Amino acid sequence: MDIEKKNSDGKQQKGPDRRQFLTETIPAAAGALVLAAGLGLYHRTARALPAYAIRPPGALPEGRFLGACLRCGQCVRACPYQILHLAELGDDIPTGTPFFIPRKGYCRMCEDMPCIKACPSGSLSKSLPTIYEARMGLAVLVDHENCLNYLGLRCDVCYRACPLIDEAITLDMQVNRRSGVHTLFIPIVHSKKCTGCGRCEHSCVLDNAAIKVLPIEQARGELGKHYRLGWEEKEKAGGSLIPEQLKLPVRRPEVQP
Amino acid sequence: MISRIPGREAIQKKGFLQAQKWLLLRRISQLGILGLFLLGPFAGIWIVRGSFSASTTLGFLPLTDPLIVLQSIVAGHTVAVKALIGALIVFVFYAMIGGRVYCSWACPVNLLTDAAAWLNRRLDLKRSFNMSRFIRYWLLGMILVLASATGTIVWEWLNPVTIFQRGLLFGMGLGWFLVAAVLIVDTFVTRRGWCGHLCPVGAFYSLLGFASILRVKAAKREQCTDCMDCFTVCPEPQVIRPALKGDENSSPMIFSNNCINCGRCIDICPHDVFRFSKRF
Repeated sequence: MDIEKKNSDGKQQKGPDRRQFLTETIPAAAGALVLAAGLGLYHRTARALPAYAIRPPGALPEGRFLGACLRCGQCVRACPYQILHLAELGDDIPTGTPFFIPRKGYCRMCEDMPCIKACPSGSLSKSLPTIYEARMGLAVLVDHENCLNYLGLRCDVCYRACPLIDEAITLDMQVNRRSGVHTLFIPIVHSKKCTGCGRCEHSCVLDNAAIKVLPIEQARGELGKHYRLGWEEKEKAGGSLIPEQLKLPVRRPEVQP
Repeated sequence: MISRIPGREAIQKKGFLQAQKWLLLRRISQLGILGLFLLGPFAGIWIVRGSFSASTTLGFLPLTDPLIVLQSIVAGHTVAVKALIGALIVFVFYAMIGGRVYCSWACPVNLLTDAAAWLNRRLDLKRSFNMSRFIRYWLLGMILVLASATGTIVWEWLNPVTIFQRGLLFGMGLGWFLVAAVLIVDTFVTRRGWCGHLCPVGAFYSLLGFASILRVKAAKREQCTDCMDCFTVCPEPQVIRPALKGDENSSPMIFSNNCINCGRCIDICPHDVFRFSKRF
């Protein structure tokens, strides 16, 4: 009111527009901005999936998935084995997005992929030709000290549980140096075949699984973009790029007279 | 103490049912829609699958919240046809019948905030924190800008509306705290704080219903006795004045797109001033 009076004394009449701007528009905009900053920060800290959570088959790469998923839960309802959950507020997974925890319930790799069929938004991509091309995550034998096969025992449970036995997981025979006479049957995961269904982690007999399915970006290393593998380049070029036999100087200890 | 309880006179004059008609119908609608969603997970009867943000009814009818689809588009995703069709159906329906009909006839959050507003009235907490009712549009703009800037639907991390809706169906987690926060704000800080001032979902639907056909009309405004009951119960009381108290040349139609078409003013008026009407 005071402001109004002063203004009416002055040369210019300042109407309710100005007051409205000061008392309503600015606080409203400021409030929105504060919330925006908060959400933005939250978004920065919570962008990657935690190691224990795996997206359903066909999920777009995580960054794009979070822009596509409508958080409706129709994939959750479609799963005949009810392994999928929606993240709740307080989980370290973005609220409302679907995931499964392989240790608790693994993907049965239904041939007809009902979860993808149910997805209305395309965040679970229908372009996945068969469930075998799914890359939900990647199994990694994380513990080489407690894995029973590494200890020289014939557990093999992950290998035998794997729906792609001898393709996604193979056993590699190595010498058991402890006994000297036995063989270690080391489970090896092949990323070209592993769908990340999680059955190996689910079936691992240890109290805490030695083999774990991790989100792809956490499971895999990545070569530097400039790296070239000599043998691949050689094949591409149809021959060695450098002279086959390099003459290297022979360095021997000189014979003492 | 409260000098006048809104609705008392209407009940005396028109009878209990007639004075609660639209409120009861609205509750049946809200609980019915929520019930259809709940039948699946709790009774195994799958008429509707999904959540309010996107669902499939009877295995074929897709319904999608146009706001979340808009955020997804802005975030750079090519939305699949099923979600787009669902959004179009919802868009056209609410654009015709009144955008914020979603708020008053479908959204279950309204059940909570109506309860909070009732409590606020009964406790006579009039001197509340004065917020601008325009904040919701800033928030709406902000969530779209954020979606575009981050490429993700950031708002869904914190949206109390979908967190409550989804929580009832899939599990709430810490969402209860958010729901409690909305209730506390509405009861003790600002009357109708969430639905009437802050909610960007409601803001979106209000824009959607800009030219909707169904409107409330102060048809017999000359019979108004200034009892103020309608202003007291209306969740957006600013929309009533131009229609009820305008001069003779002004239209008695409530044209504001923030009228949520709840019909509570029709119920509560002892003199039947208001009724539902068509825009044209």
